Amino acid sequence: MKVVVCLKRVPDVAEVDLQLDPSGRRIRTEGLPYVINDWDNYALEEAIRIKERTGGQVIALTVGKEPDEEVLRRALALGADDAIRIWDPLLEEADPFLIAVVLSQAIKGLAFDLVLTGVQASDDGYAQVGPMMAEMLGIPHVTLVTHLGFEGKKALVRRELEGGLEEEVEVELPALLTIQSGINEPRYVSVLGIKRVAKKEIKVLDLEALGISPSEIRPKIKVEKLFVPPSGEGAEILKGSPEEVSDKVLEILEKGGVI
Amino acid sequence: MAEHRQGQLRDITFEMLKKAQGLSEALGQEVHTVLIGEGLSEMVEGVRPYCHKVHLVPVEGVKEFEGEVYQAALTRLIKDLTPSLVLIGHTAQGMDLAPALACAINSPLVSDCYDFGFREGRFWAFRQVYGGKLSAQVEVEGSPVIVTVRSGSFEAEGLRTLGGQVVSWEGPVGVFPYKRFLRFVEAPRAEVDITQAEVIVSVGRGIGGPENIPLAEELAKALGGVLACSRPVVDKGWLPKERQVGTSGKTVKPKVYIALGISGAFQHVAGMKQSGLIIAVNKDPKAPIFGVAHYGIVGDLLQVVPVLLAKLKERKK
Repeated sequence: MKVVVCLKRVPDVAEVDLQLDPSGRRIRTEGLPYVINDWDNYALEEAIRIKERTGGQVIALTVGKEPDEEVLRRALALGADDAIRIWDPLLEEADPFLIAVVLSQAIKGLAFDLVLTGVQASDDGYAQVGPMMAEMLGIPHVTLVTHLGFEGKKALVRRELEGGLEEEVEVELPALLTIQSGINEPRYVSVLGIKRVAKKEIKVLDLEALGISPSEIRPKIKVEKLFVPPSGEGAEILKGSPEEVSDKVLEILEKGGVI
Repeated sequence: MAEHRQGQLRDITFEMLKKAQGLSEALGQEVHTVLIGEGLSEMVEGVRPYCHKVHLVPVEGVKEFEGEVYQAALTRLIKDLTPSLVLIGHTAQGMDLAPALACAINSPLVSDCYDFGFREGRFWAFRQVYGGKLSAQVEVEGSPVIVTVRSGSFEAEGLRTLGGQVVSWEGPVGVFPYKRFLRFVEAPRAEVDITQAEVIVSVGRGIGGPENIPLAEELAKALGGVLACSRPVVDKGWLPKERQVGTSGKTVKPKVYIALGISGAFQHVAGMKQSGLIIAVNKDPKAPIFGVAHYGIVGDLLQVVPVLLAKLKERKK
């Protein structure tokens, strides 16, 4: 089976005090740690497992600048056969629609059976690119996939609904699936493993190479500004040593009639 | 777009109707609801009072959500009706439907919005980014605008009665051989029902590793409560799914909810914000959990919890 997997590198913002850049429309990214988008990491693991089970090929793609190749190196280290990075200065303000345009254009000629990507990205959280690519590629899609099996030319998948419920869906291949976190246990990639594939060629495609005219690069949605969301009243912060805050917590619990 | 499952209209339907009613008044436009599937006569009556028109699309054999059927029906309806705005829930259904639909009709899609409207004729939407640490104001090019609406963003109470008419779809919707709903898979019966607990100690990614789970469990026991968790803990296999609080897990309303190392992503908060007393411990002072908590401790839970536990045990003696 030939599996295409689309990956994104994102800033890890847990425990980071985010600052806006002068435009007010983006965050300052200098000094932020970057990681593979968590959902894409599960999609990558799933792609590699399919290859291990059924043979075939894995091709990894990303849209981004050179440092974003980190996620492709990770894919290559895990056993992906090919890696493609798409970038063009005109993509600086790309919205999910345009990301789907360039990815699907690159995927079109690959004679794939399956396209996998994460449900969403942890930075902008749109959850749009996957199903949009499917529409552009003219193939069916299933989102929020938590379990995946194959029967001939069909995939039998489970998708996550609300409140612990799931549904089983049958889909004809080729298809696009967006992978939900928790579907598998992504394996660890060693520094040595990454080093081993450091020399492996990563194909870089710009708009011209993709045969996309610059006039097609018009985003449909645009972030006008970022701001700190209203958070309600907010918590009363208990200050002091672990002893002091513990005493305060006990007092609160006592007042609440819990202890 | 009305959302239903297993014969029931879902809350998001009424939340969207409430928002749509407000916008319709401001814009002087009508509210139309689309209802797709087989045997929906009861559900039609559930939404009809609150909108100007219900477009009923009866499709034989389609009882539950089928993305391809929904997409085809909506594509035609949107072409015919030329609405200003199309509202779809940012739910498992809407996340499947909206992006492909937007693509098919060449419309802008703003997903997972918690508020939106028009200012001087221009559409705007607010949505959260970076795990809820920031919000973004988004604008669009093109129409109609498709919005997927975050659950719980609008109060469904106080819907006005508009006494709508029902318009039935004529003819077949199409043939869709590529994807098919087969069955629902219910969660296995839980060993511990966290929804019944009066005290919940809940752990998130900040617990660090499975080796620290017993510490939180001990605290839960000492308080006569149960241990629960946020999604990442289940994803990593540290606790079973039945312990998960949030939109894809359980909704809980205990007297006391102690959140340890939980950042407070919307999906989690939606499942616990109605708790009586919320105490959060997190290293990150900007963690969104402090927005819903009543009391917060900015610090390392591994330093605070052992002390709290020791003091609690001492008291009991």
